[in-house]
Amino acid sequence: MRLAALLIMLALGLVPTLSHAASTLDTVKARGVLRCGTENDTPGSGAPDSNGVLQGIDIEYCRAIAAAVFGDASKVTFIHTSTLNRFSVLQSGDVDVLIRETTLLFSRDTQIGLIFANTIMYDAQGALVAAKTGAKSLADLDGASICVFPGSNSELNIADYFQSHGLKYTPISIDNADALRRSFFEGRCDVFTGDRLMLSSNRSIAKTPTDYVVLPDLLAKSPLGPMVRQGDDQWLNIVKWVVNVTFLAEEKKITKANVDSARTSTDPEVKRMLGGTPGMSKQLGLNDDWAYQVIKQIGNYAEIYDRTLGDGSSLKLPRGLNKLWSDGGLLYSPPFL
Amino acid sequence: MRSFLRLRALVNSPVNIGITLACLALLAWMVPPLLHWAVLDAAWSGGPEACRAAAGACWPYVGQKYGFFLFGFYPSEARWRPLLALLLMLALLAGNLVPRFWNRRLLIAWPIILALVVWILGGGLGLPPVPTESWSGLPLTLLIASFALVLGFPLGVLLALGRTSKLPFFRMVCTVFIELQRGLPLVAVLFMASVMMPLLVPAGVTPGKLLRAYLAFTLVAAAFIAEIIRGGLQAVAPGQAEAATALGLGYWRTMQRIVLPQCLRVSVPSLVGVAISFFKDTSLVTVIGLTDLLGAVGAASRDPVWLGHDVEGYVFAALVYFTFCFSASRYAAWLERRLQDGARIARAAAVEQAYASRLAIRSEASTA
Repeated sequence: MRLAALLIMLALGLVPTLSHAASTLDTVKARGVLRCGTENDTPGSGAPDSNGVLQGIDIEYCRAIAAAVFGDASKVTFIHTSTLNRFSVLQSGDVDVLIRETTLLFSRDTQIGLIFANTIMYDAQGALVAAKTGAKSLADLDGASICVFPGSNSELNIADYFQSHGLKYTPISIDNADALRRSFFEGRCDVFTGDRLMLSSNRSIAKTPTDYVVLPDLLAKSPLGPMVRQGDDQWLNIVKWVVNVTFLAEEKKITKANVDSARTSTDPEVKRMLGGTPGMSKQLGLNDDWAYQVIKQIGNYAEIYDRTLGDGSSLKLPRGLNKLWSDGGLLYSPPFL
Repeated sequence: MRSFLRLRALVNSPVNIGITLACLALLAWMVPPLLHWAVLDAAWSGGPEACRAAAGACWPYVGQKYGFFLFGFYPSEARWRPLLALLLMLALLAGNLVPRFWNRRLLIAWPIILALVVWILGGGLGLPPVPTESWSGLPLTLLIASFALVLGFPLGVLLALGRTSKLPFFRMVCTVFIELQRGLPLVAVLFMASVMMPLLVPAGVTPGKLLRAYLAFTLVAAAFIAEIIRGGLQAVAPGQAEAATALGLGYWRTMQRIVLPQCLRVSVPSLVGVAISFFKDTSLVTVIGLTDLLGAVGAASRDPVWLGHDVEGYVFAALVYFTFCFSASRYAAWLERRLQDGARIARAAAVEQAYASRLAIRSEASTA
């Protein structure tokens, strides 16, 4: 069965990883610029600021990879991808890495010739309701009408939730993010469901944001992370460790500002990470100071989060699960040894 | 006075009175909220906070973002380049509208100016290069539409000639191509070009996304143009081609000198229609990740600082599209009248000439 499927895929030319003999790192270095698949229409992940420059956590990680590879975070071209073509542009080699708030799913990790590096943002499906309903949980909202994006995972999850709790609801599906938001604020539905990042950005633009609350219920996990092509372990390692280093830097309290003095730190792990042991990153194909460049030019995870999603941005999204393991969150980097 | 008389048509029968009242009621229902939103309750100055406080539209948002609407992700320090490219293309279009300029020089001007525009946008040869991924906004919209039409036109003429050809092979190939392109939704063709093509060709030779979009638009435009030209060809009386053949003209000269000029005269209004619809259809490129005017307006509304003002942006986009499409359709109407006049004048001239030559023959006969 699998063989048959593989043969069909081969015949259709749908296993493009086979045709990429040269390593991604060599291709990127020869090109002199990283091609990063992103989005330009998601606040906090990737959207243009007032000067038309893309900002967001996904954009920051594209720039971090460029900093690691070239020592220059500006050597990146952002390729706007749509939800429909994002995987094929990566498969075809049109981009080197895809960082487009893509949820890690079993099927995406295993079936399409692509693979996820580690998670950069733990999002979760939640529910936004008007504060005046007084609801403490979704379970208080029997018979509610619910605004949801049609055909999304969210639509299936909310159906599962209400069915398993023996409650009734009326779905109102609208295939347009702006229209969906408007319907909710105009009171056409009692609940607005979707990923919490999206819900928070919608809440932030309500007339009085405090009139609305994001319920504590987590309907589904939504870990978002970068994707690369399968079969190039070196490149996967680069992307993975660029992310790890931002976690580790936060853990070791190394910031953009103090990274220079941290190079002479007495902590051997910090020294190793910032290039104190020459030749350690040779197998990775990067310069010894790649992690230093990432932190110097981009910063640690807390800094990235703060300016794109957190208090330094207009979204003011609490860190939630995106805290260090030592602070009760999920971010955890293996030792740099 | 004449317009006053025309107004009487609004109330000259019970049915018309009913329709007029219904329209007035509709206006009374729609205009006040619109006026409140767009003018009375709108924020005219200030930042995002002022806008959040206002109940109506947020015009400072448009003031802040119009550069991005028009030129998108093009590096903002080099916005003079897309601006210059835009002006060049507009000048070319304007030049194209004046019948006095319809000659060989215009045919040469098109590729030269388009090449110039591509150079200005893309850089190289002295200008800092800008990757095609950053080309966006209105210049991209115009560039895709004009490339599709400029390359699609000759291709469409050839396809139309092929489809009306007497040779079965050409006829079949052209018919299959035209029907295939017309039978598929444009968005499907775009997807094939953007998603499937890179998977089918070896990596490394994949043409850029923009080039693939050009290709898709050109092929579809060619098919639509071909059908219009075929209609035009059928409108030319068969006697014309037969007469040319009788005079000893070959196929290509007959087409070039006799049939196509008459055919194009008939086809121009429909061709302008295709141009308008392709201009609007370029907004489909957002689904393959290119950022045209509409895409840039959509992306601009996602700036976390200015969230929630998408409608104002779309109003701006609507005005731009309307300006272009309305002028194009007014122009087509004017051109149609003018061409009809032209045809009438030509017919009158022909009759006069025939009459004159008959007189000449008669006078020759009488002197003989």
